[in-house]
Amino acid sequence: MSTALSRTAPDAVAAGTGHPAAVSVRGATLRYGERTVWRDLDLDVAPGEFVAVLGANGAGKTSLLRVLLGQQALAAGTAAVAGRPVRRGGRGIGYVPQQKGLDPTTPLRARDFVRLGIDGHRWGPWLPSASAARRVDGALAAVGATGYARTPVGTLSGGEQQRLRIAQALVSEPALLLCDEPLLSLDLHQQRVVSELLDASRRRTGAAVLFVTHDVNPVLPHVDRVLYLAGGRFRIGPPEEVMTTAVLSDLYGSPVEVLRSGDRLLVVGGAAPSEHPHCAEPADEPGGWGPR
Amino acid sequence: MSPADVWGALFDFSDYGALLALVHNSLLAGALLGLVGGLVGVVVVARDLPFAVHGISELSFAGAAAALLVGADVVLGSVAGSILAALLLGVLGVRARDRNSAIGVLMPFGLGLGVLFLALYPGRSANKFGLLTGQVAAVADVQLQWLAGIAAVVLAALALLWRPLLFASLDPEVAAARGVPVRALAPVFMVLLGLTVAMSVQVVGALLVLALLVTPAAAAVRVSASPVLVPVLSVVFALVAVLGGTLLSLGSSVPISPYVTTVSFATYLVCRGIGALRGRPRSRRAAPAPA
Repeated sequence: MSTALSRTAPDAVAAGTGHPAAVSVRGATLRYGERTVWRDLDLDVAPGEFVAVLGANGAGKTSLLRVLLGQQALAAGTAAVAGRPVRRGGRGIGYVPQQKGLDPTTPLRARDFVRLGIDGHRWGPWLPSASAARRVDGALAAVGATGYARTPVGTLSGGEQQRLRIAQALVSEPALLLCDEPLLSLDLHQQRVVSELLDASRRRTGAAVLFVTHDVNPVLPHVDRVLYLAGGRFRIGPPEEVMTTAVLSDLYGSPVEVLRSGDRLLVVGGAAPSEHPHCAEPADEPGGWGPR
Repeated sequence: MSPADVWGALFDFSDYGALLALVHNSLLAGALLGLVGGLVGVVVVARDLPFAVHGISELSFAGAAAALLVGADVVLGSVAGSILAALLLGVLGVRARDRNSAIGVLMPFGLGLGVLFLALYPGRSANKFGLLTGQVAAVADVQLQWLAGIAAVVLAALALLWRPLLFASLDPEVAAARGVPVRALAPVFMVLLGLTVAMSVQVVGALLVLALLVTPAAAAVRVSASPVLVPVLSVVFALVAVLGGTLLSLGSSVPISPYVTTVSFATYLVCRGIGALRGRPRSRRAAPAPA
């Protein structure tokens, strides 16, 4: 059974804030039928902390987000967001999914799309609201999307749509941002822009970020800690402590090599096919994007 | 038939005032239908359900035909068929792929049943044809009351559900994360859609329901992306199609549906044209991101 290398958040963000932890998970076990996805998970995320959630497909990364959103029940243990037990609808949570490409005829302009984050879940028709409009303006300005506030969302680029999704998630002033592969299907430039935007947002608003990804590199400069899930076990700690050949080999129970290339990490796995870690695919990323 | 005869069969505006009085009920029914159909159509387009509309309308037709055969209320039969189809689709096909197959299976069966019931029906053939292609002067007072009742139910439900329903239709994953009951809304909307289809079958007939439940909304999203303006435009287009079609068809010997569908199609063409002219400068920015 693995234990966390470090269960406390970095002092810079944890000390003296007086706020409850953005996320507090205790002894949590998740099962689908007979299969245990992970067990005895303890996780504390401090306000403003940026935690990357890594692991192979099926390791339960997205399931962890579903638990925090109140969409998936734990077999054992507890989970709380901003000091309150998780509940359906995730009060205090902003959610940023992967970019999917909205239909060009989607009947929403950028500002309408952001407003869904304020009251899209409430019953009733869509009525004009001056206070909602002010909050939307603020959220658009914060992500640099004011220039296309009235443009139909479906005609915007993937990167522009992801900016709007971040604005939509932040407009409700959440204590926690849950990001599920938000960089997928973006090009490298847009990946960097969106990562930096998330980093700046959490520093400005104090919202913690739980960032599920199969590739830690685009967010590596911003990450405080890494939660690595594999084979029902986990490790938590700063990237330089977790993303090592020794730790990941132990976690997977088979040889895994972590290579450093400049400031990029490549994880090369030799585990059983069913749970092998993400394989580095350098051919996908010609030239990289150099030191930042 | 000479061109003049064809024209005379299509458009005959003599005695227009007297005819207008006769179709009073049809115009009221059309107005109700335009209002409800235009609003429901926005959700139909957002949820990508046009094929489901067609499938439901065939079972609605079968229900109406069965009611005609046994001497029951035609609207009641039509509603029963619609709701049954909507519930079947809700159960059989939650995912779009499954749903389309389920519709493809249900639709010919419903149409076949309807044809069987009509073939057995001994009454006037005008009644038979009307269920498929619409009838202009055939809306009786009791039918109008039915339509008004259904319209009130659908409008009240839409007013309550509108915002979360659109959220769930346009961005289901985030809507679910925000606590919108995405799964529960699907069958609820199917029932509302079934009720609306049953209304439409009474006026434009089963074959042409799409012209009122899809075309106006599909036209509206071409010229606007405002969540307020799109439903308003969709209702206006639907009203223009059904009322304009009814008025044009007065005095002709042809059913109402070609008039309604032609007006509806014309608004769509115009809106696509406007959308294409306006959309061109933006299309450069819509280039898909590299995978």
